[in-house]
Amino acid sequence: MTETSSHEPAALALENVGKRFGSVIALSDVSMSVPKNQVTCVLGDNGAGKSTLIKILSGVHTPSDGQMYVNGEPTTFTSPREALDMGIATVFQDLATVPLMAVWRNFYLGNEPTRGFWPFKGLRTKYAKESCKAELAEMGIDIRDTEQPVGTLSGGERQAVSIARAVHFGANVLILDEPTSALGVKQSGVVLKHIRNAADAGVSVVFITHNPHHAYLVGDNFYLLNRGQMMAEYTKDNVSREELVKAMAGGAELDALAHELGAKG
Amino acid sequence: MSTATAVDERVSKASPLTRLMRRPEIGALMGALVVYIFFAVADQTGTFFSLDGTARWTDVASTYGIIAIAVALLMIGGEFDLSSGVMIGSSGLFAGLLITEYNIGVWPSIFLTFLFAAAIGFTNGWLVVTTGLPSFIVTLAMFFSLRGINLGVTKLLTDTVRVAGIAELPDGSPRPGYESAKAVFASDFSAYSFRIAVVWWLVLTVLATLVLTRTRFGNWIFAVGGDSNAARNVGVPVRRTKIMLFMYVSMSSCLVGIISLMRLKSMQAGQGVTQEFIFIIAAVVGGCLLTGGYGSAIGGTIGAAIIGMAFIGIAYAQWNTDWTWLFLGLILFVAVLTNSLIRRRFQGARK
Ligand SMILES: Nc1ncnc2c1ncn2[C@@H]1O[C@H](COP(=O)(O)OP(=O)(O)OP(=O)(O)O)[C@@H](O)[C@H]1O
Ligand SMILES: [Mg+2]
Repeated sequence: MTETSSHEPAALALENVGKRFGSVIALSDVSMSVPKNQVTCVLGDNGAGKSTLIKILSGVHTPSDGQMYVNGEPTTFTSPREALDMGIATVFQDLATVPLMAVWRNFYLGNEPTRGFWPFKGLRTKYAKESCKAELAEMGIDIRDTEQPVGTLSGGERQAVSIARAVHFGANVLILDEPTSALGVKQSGVVLKHIRNAADAGVSVVFITHNPHHAYLVGDNFYLLNRGQMMAEYTKDNVSREELVKAMAGGAELDALAHELGAKG
Repeated sequence: MSTATAVDERVSKASPLTRLMRRPEIGALMGALVVYIFFAVADQTGTFFSLDGTARWTDVASTYGIIAIAVALLMIGGEFDLSSGVMIGSSGLFAGLLITEYNIGVWPSIFLTFLFAAAIGFTNGWLVVTTGLPSFIVTLAMFFSLRGINLGVTKLLTDTVRVAGIAELPDGSPRPGYESAKAVFASDFSAYSFRIAVVWWLVLTVLATLVLTRTRFGNWIFAVGGDSNAARNVGVPVRRTKIMLFMYVSMSSCLVGIISLMRLKSMQAGQGVTQEFIFIIAAVVGGCLLTGGYGSAIGGTIGAAIIGMAFIGIAYAQWNTDWTWLFLGLILFVAVLTNSLIRRRFQGARK
């Protein structure tokens, strides 16, 4: 397991974790740690296994091999519910929203605010609608009408709903799988600022992105995943932005690409 | 940037009419009006429109509606139950055999029968969520199994294909508990002989609507039907939600089984078979999407009302009742067509 500088146990850690889907080996022998109050970025090509990795952290998949630790304790999640109950919230790459349901119903899905006592426990619909709208405005997204079905939102709006929801419920750990892929420049900036603020406020963040510039802006630690294996680990002190860009693009491959494009132009 | 409560200039104000037209059951409601007027005009006996006639068609509608509401909720949850019809017979026979063959009291038997129905529903749901097979197949298998068991067990225990003698003891004296059970499940009220089943039907409509729109569980029903994977990922107990819906359907069938048993004082082994499609028709006519994630409980109720009106209206029009099935087929087609047209017209991109 990778050592962190502090004595505190990492918020999340993986030790020699592997994941197979039938004959497909999506991850093998991956170790990483997500230190508290820091932003840990996971970088890698398409199909490298990033989403599989965070689905293990968020309880969607159970690892085929190896062990996961939460706050230093060996933990096995059998469902995302268990991760959520420990304050681990995730923005999935597919956003995990239900298209036919209203925005506010999606926002609170699985964590609905209720009042009263069973069997007269009712949803606090008015509160849910208003607070949902406020949380989205916080993300820089001004939803017209929270009764609108999520399926009718634009791609970026839908992503913002998913991010705002995770920020709202991720008390301890926030996992974001390419959260800015559909966002405009301004909204991407807002999300990056939220990521940084969350870490400063004591939340541990796992941030997956294809954009090394974004990663370098907010990240404290960087993991590079390739073909299901952990290739490299950097901290902000020992890597420059250029090195990170180069490492992500496969170094020599980028030079070759520059050469190729240059030759054509 | 506008504040959370300010009116947004990008939304044209939805008129009350548009908002009404957005309800999933609006097509069925208009259909019900048309069907009602149609049969009131076609009526040859002058009773369809009267309270007597109303008592008749609501009686038919109520026993369909009690189950159709449950089937609608299950359909919103993305699943089917083809064993909902045969469960009427199974529950009636189960209660009847406990009462007559095993001499268990009427009320304890009813209680045990609801447990039995819950267990059958649990089995349906558990099989669907653990095997991942389509519920269409799983509950079809349950349908045939129960159909066989109903006949086999009834013949084995009574040497006939029916269970009788619910109201009296073998010596001819009234069976204790029967009168009170009849009062709850099969009595009449008012001078026009409205059946108590109508009250059950309306109360269940209100309860199911509240659960669907005002509780966490209702939110989960829409979610598991709309996208069960997304629902699981945000922490919705998908398996539990689906299993509970299957249990609700079989327990509704059980309620109707008990109602029939108390009315008829006997139960045929074939009771309820072929009705499963009527419940599905009622739910679909009421605006539920076959693919799940969309619909309402009141839609099932309105669908059942249309079917009840058709059954009684055709008899009052003094047409051959064979035409009922043709009528139901047409209603189903027209209703689904109108529902999808209304949805496209008033809701834009909503699927
Ligand atoms: N449920 C599954 N069954 C079979 N194979 C899977 C499954 N999930 C992922 N894989 C495989 O595992 C590999 C890694 O997938 P993953 O989604 O983790 O990639 P990724 O790094 O997130 O890629 P991207 O950047 O495109 O999102 C892929 O080759 C994929 O085909
Ligand atoms: Mg991915």
